[in-house]
Amino acid sequence: MIKVEKLTKRYGSFTAVANIDFEVQKGEVVGFLGPNGAGKSTTMKMLAGYLPPTSGRAEVAGFDVFTDSLRAREHIGYTPENVPLPPDMRVSEYLRYRAALKGVPGRRLRERIGDVLELCGLTDVSRKIIGHLSKGYRQRVGLADALVHEPDLLILDEPTIGLDPNQIRLVRNLIRNLRRHHTILLSTHILPEVEMLCSRVVIINRGHIEAMDTPQNLRARLGQAGHILFDAIVPDPRSAAATLRKIEGIQTVSHRADGDWTVFTVEANTGHDPREALYSHAMEHKWRVREISRPPVSLEDVFAEVTNGEEH
Amino acid sequence: MRRFLILTRREIASAFHQPLAYVVLFFFLLVTGFNFHAGVSLLNRSPGSTTMVEAFFNTIYFWFPFVLAFPLVTMRVFSEEAKLGTLETLMTAPVRDIQVVLAKYTGCLFFQIALWAPSLLYFLAFSTITGEKASGAAGAYIGAYSILLLMGLLFTAIGCLASALTNNQIVAAIISFSTILFFFFIGLLSFLLPTSGGLLRELTYYISPVEHMMDFSRGIIDTRPVVFYLTSTLLILFATFHIFQYRRWKA
Repeated sequence: MIKVEKLTKRYGSFTAVANIDFEVQKGEVVGFLGPNGAGKSTTMKMLAGYLPPTSGRAEVAGFDVFTDSLRAREHIGYTPENVPLPPDMRVSEYLRYRAALKGVPGRRLRERIGDVLELCGLTDVSRKIIGHLSKGYRQRVGLADALVHEPDLLILDEPTIGLDPNQIRLVRNLIRNLRRHHTILLSTHILPEVEMLCSRVVIINRGHIEAMDTPQNLRARLGQAGHILFDAIVPDPRSAAATLRKIEGIQTVSHRADGDWTVFTVEANTGHDPREALYSHAMEHKWRVREISRPPVSLEDVFAEVTNGEEH
Repeated sequence: MRRFLILTRREIASAFHQPLAYVVLFFFLLVTGFNFHAGVSLLNRSPGSTTMVEAFFNTIYFWFPFVLAFPLVTMRVFSEEAKLGTLETLMTAPVRDIQVVLAKYTGCLFFQIALWAPSLLYFLAFSTITGEKASGAAGAYIGAYSILLLMGLLFTAIGCLASALTNNQIVAAIISFSTILFFFFIGLLSFLLPTSGGLLRELTYYISPVEHMMDFSRGIIDTRPVVFYLTSTLLILFATFHIFQYRRWKA
C-alpha cells in the first residue's frame, strides 16, 4: 500500500528525513515511533502529498505521491498533528464539504456522512460549530474527515495527543475498529498504544529508521539480554552471589538486602535462560526461594535503547 | 470543475461567516449612502451640472470606502488558513493548487460584487422618486459598473497576492492597501501634470483609476483601461499561484 524508496527531505542544511526505505502492505497497522523532531511528521506530510521530497520517491496505492499526487491523495485519509479545522463551520457541514471535495458522489453524501458521524460518535454534535467543540470531539471530527471518502490508507499523525484518558480510549477503540477496512499508518509517543494497535513498528530517529519489526520481535530482541530477579534467603549473600556467577550462561550478579531476603539481579548471556539452573542451585543449597522472574521488557525499553534515550 | 465549484462555495460561505464581513458591509453602506446624499444635494444646488451617476462615482466619499474595502475583504483569504493549519488538510485533499487559488479569488470577488450591487438600488430609487434620469444614457451605468468590476478584478487579485505572501492578516492588509493606494495616488498625480502631451501624462492616464472612472461614468468606454486591468489581473494571479505553491513547498 505504501512504498517508500530513499526518501529524503532537507530544510536548508538540516536533514529532517534521510534516505529512508520502508513498505507497508495492505491491511497492516504500522506504528511510527520516534522522539520529537525525529522526522515522523515530515515523512507523513510527504506521504500525504503536502510536502514534496528533496529526493527519493514514495508511492501510495500504486500512485507516486508527487508526480501523480491527485490520484494518490484520493486513496489517502490524512489527519495532521493537532487536527486543524475551520472554526466557522458546523460538523456535518464541514464533513459534507470535505466529502464532496474528495469526490464522494452527490447521491452518496448523506449516507457517508451519517456513517462517519455514527462511527466517530459525533451524531450528537453534528449541528454544533466546530470552534465550540472540545479537543476530544475535534480530534474525532478530524478522523471522520479522514474516513469520509473511504480511503484505502489512513495516515494519522498523533491521533491521541492532548486527550484525556477516556477520550484516548475512545479514539483507540475507533482505530481498532478501522483496522478491518483500512491500512493504517499512525504516529504516536504513547508506546502501549502501539502495542495495542499495531502489527508492525517503525522506529525513526534523527531522520533515520532505527528499527522495523513487530512489537513482539522488537521486545524479544532486547528481551534476550534482559535481567532476571532471584529472591532467596541465603546464609551469606556475598559468597552466594559468587557461586551464582559460576553457573553457565550468567554474566553478572548483583544483590541487595530486602529484610531477611536477598534480591539478586542476574544478567544472563544472550540466548541463555538460566532460571531453571537458578532453581536447582537453590534446591541444592536448601535456600528458601520467593521469586525467580524475568520482568517483561516493555516497548519503552526498546524505544529508549534504539533512540539512545536518557532513561537507559 | 466540480471541485472548483465546491471550493468557491466554501470560500463565499467563509467570507460571510466572519463578523468582519458585516462590519464592512455596514460601514460601506453607511458611507455610500452618505455619498449618495451628497450627490443629491449637489444636484439640488446646481441642477444640470452633472448626472447622478457621475456625482456618485467621482467623489472622495466613493474612493475612500472603495480603496479600503479590498484589503479588508482579501486579507484573510490565504493568511488565515496558513495560520490555522487548515491549508494542510485542504491541500491533502485531491485538489489542484490552481483550483484553490482561483476559488479563493472568486470568493473574494463575489463578496466585492455583493458589496457594490446594492448601489444600483440607489439610482433606481433616485429615478423613481424624482422622476428624473440618474444618468445621461444607459451607457453611463454600463461604463461605471464595468469599470467597477474591472478595478475589482485587479484590486482583489492584489489583495489575494498580499495574503498569499504572509501568515499575518494585518501585514497582508497593509501590503494590499499600500499597493492599491499607490495606483490611486498616481491617478491624482495626473491632475498636477499639463493636460495635453507628454509621455508621463499618457502613462498616468493608462493606470489612473480616478480618470478611468471619470470617463467610464460618462459612458465613454475606452479599451485601453480594459486591457490594462485584465492583463494586470492575470499577471498578479499568476504571481499569486506561484507564491502560494512556493510557500507551501517550503513549509
